[in-house]
Amino acid sequence: MLEKAIKGSALYWIWLLVLLAVIGVGFGAYLQQLDQGLSVTALNRDISWGLYIAQLTFLVGVAASAVMMVIPMYLHNHKAFARMLILGEFMAVATIIMCLLFVVVDLGQPQRLWNVVLYPTPSSVLFWDMVVLNGYLFLNILIGWVTLQAERKRVGPPRWIKPFIYISIPWAISIHTVTAFLYAGLPGRDFWLTASMAPSFLASAFAAGPALLILLAFAVKIFAKWDPGREAIQSLAKIVTYALAAYLFLIGCKIFTAAYSMVPDKLAHWEYLYFGLEGHTMLSVFMWVSTAAGVSALLILLFPKNRQADNILAFACVLVLISTWIEKGMGLITAGFVPTPMKEVLTYAPTGPEILITLGIYGIGFLIITVLWKVGIGVRREIEAT
Amino acid sequence: MKNSRRKFIKFAGMAALGWSICPSLAGARSGPRQSADRLRAERWAMVIDSEKLNDELMDKCIEACHKLHNVPDIPNDQNIKWIWKEPFYNLFHDQSHGYLKDKKSIPFLSLCNHCDNPPCVRVCPTQATFSRDDGIVLMDFHRCIGCRFCMAGCPYGSRSFNYYNPRNFLDDDDLVHDYPTREMGVVEKCEFCAHLLDQGEMPACVEASEGAILFGDLNDPNSDVRKVLQERYSLVRKPKLGTDPQVYYLI
Ligand code: SF4
Ligand code: SF4
Repeated sequence: MLEKAIKGSALYWIWLLVLLAVIGVGFGAYLQQLDQGLSVTALNRDISWGLYIAQLTFLVGVAASAVMMVIPMYLHNHKAFARMLILGEFMAVATIIMCLLFVVVDLGQPQRLWNVVLYPTPSSVLFWDMVVLNGYLFLNILIGWVTLQAERKRVGPPRWIKPFIYISIPWAISIHTVTAFLYAGLPGRDFWLTASMAPSFLASAFAAGPALLILLAFAVKIFAKWDPGREAIQSLAKIVTYALAAYLFLIGCKIFTAAYSMVPDKLAHWEYLYFGLEGHTMLSVFMWVSTAAGVSALLILLFPKNRQADNILAFACVLVLISTWIEKGMGLITAGFVPTPMKEVLTYAPTGPEILITLGIYGIGFLIITVLWKVGIGVRREIEAT
Repeated sequence: MKNSRRKFIKFAGMAALGWSICPSLAGARSGPRQSADRLRAERWAMVIDSEKLNDELMDKCIEACHKLHNVPDIPNDQNIKWIWKEPFYNLFHDQSHGYLKDKKSIPFLSLCNHCDNPPCVRVCPTQATFSRDDGIVLMDFHRCIGCRFCMAGCPYGSRSFNYYNPRNFLDDDDLVHDYPTREMGVVEKCEFCAHLLDQGEMPACVEASEGAILFGDLNDPNSDVRKVLQERYSLVRKPKLGTDPQVYYLI
């Protein structure tokens, strides 16, 4: 099947070259980081996690999109997703690989990563995060490949794969839950210390993942001239709408708890996030963009007419991604550290190398998505042509 | 259960270490480091007397500690601090109020609390940071992968990460050879001078403090630390978090 990845149009190859260039630049920046240590980042003694860990947090969410098709299809026999499911599974593979890379580039001693396996520590949530992320990666590669191969031979997927498909459903939930628990279980980080962390991770995941999937499906329609199916996209759009509403609702709940209780340790983080403290207002500009984008997207998506118009739907999905990316990829991590345990207020703005390494990893992710989707769509075309 | 597991890990580790260094001597008696006058306790604790400490003394304590442990002096926010000065308000903001005017800005010493229930140990994915039986929370610099989970987990900002190669900021002539320098990419913090205790000496800051810092066994009813905590009013940082800090501040 892989041969389908090396037969492509000029556009396909140009796109791959662009991605390779981005990856190359990112890799160069990573070499610099290996040489000079994390001193090349804007991280410091107080804000000790930043852009990398925030991307991990965001992308774990995106990886969920597959399960939002697996549930309707396998539990409710909703056949509309049959054509598109493989794309969701391959996207999950790419995003989980990105997540793992973001963990690795964040380490001070990446060559010692194996220590996590040599000295397994069940009390550490990071240990469990590694377990569930790698497990989810394995499940999606396995399920994606086996079902695609079966389709190609025009037979139903083998029966032994079914249990893996069912396991993948709670497993997808677990990757968000465990990633949320990285933060939610830390005493003294009041911004994260809330039971709503895991639910709000799930909600934003089920909004952002399918939103990205819809956008990529439109891209495929335009560039690869292959239509994943209108009904599938419409179902995804409904999922985005519900999940987005839940995500905004949970943010509202968190703000109410902090604002009405007026407990300073809780409230200060939200003030920092939305208004800035002691003149540190950089983040608040982004947070208002995030909130405005999220609310507007919901107002658009609530009306079925808007969801049915491809370009309006695409626009709303872009808004959803902007909103959730800023919230997870910028706000959540920094605001957890500021005000610091000593009640100091700081600004974190990633450095050039940090941004280049981040873009490089996104480059790797898109490269994997492109190649895997090329194979997946190639197989689908073959079947449909006969 | 926690204790027995810890003991088992320690035992297994020590056995493996001993065997790998000198297989024929496995089981032989310990070397000079574990001499009879090693200082032992069931629960080490520190009591800092804010009445006796002054600015000059604090500087001496910091100097003694940072010199002994080869702590580099890095002039930006990616710096390393084992023990440092922090205004009262920043350490005890949850136990302050608006009319503490003069106390508010008075500097206090800040260091790792060697918590009895340390979140940093709980979150570490490699057990690179661990509690000893006597309560001291230690680091294994060779095992740490530099994930900095422990820094997010510590509610006191007690931990520093080597963003730089610390050796670039140390003067070769001033190095103390009894204690290792660290490499880039690992976390470090105060160790209650565990290596000095094991040689029968008190921690460096205690020695430098001219009696303003007491150090002893909290489980011993006759120890200085126990007695003074019974007699005078003291604070610990963020008691509501349940970490059970073992650095006490006499007020
Ligand atoms: S003060 Fe921080 S680093 Fe020290 S034992 Fe407590 S949690 Fe760990
Ligand atoms: S940075 Fe090192 S000591 Fe801290 S949690 Fe990670 S591995 Fe453990």
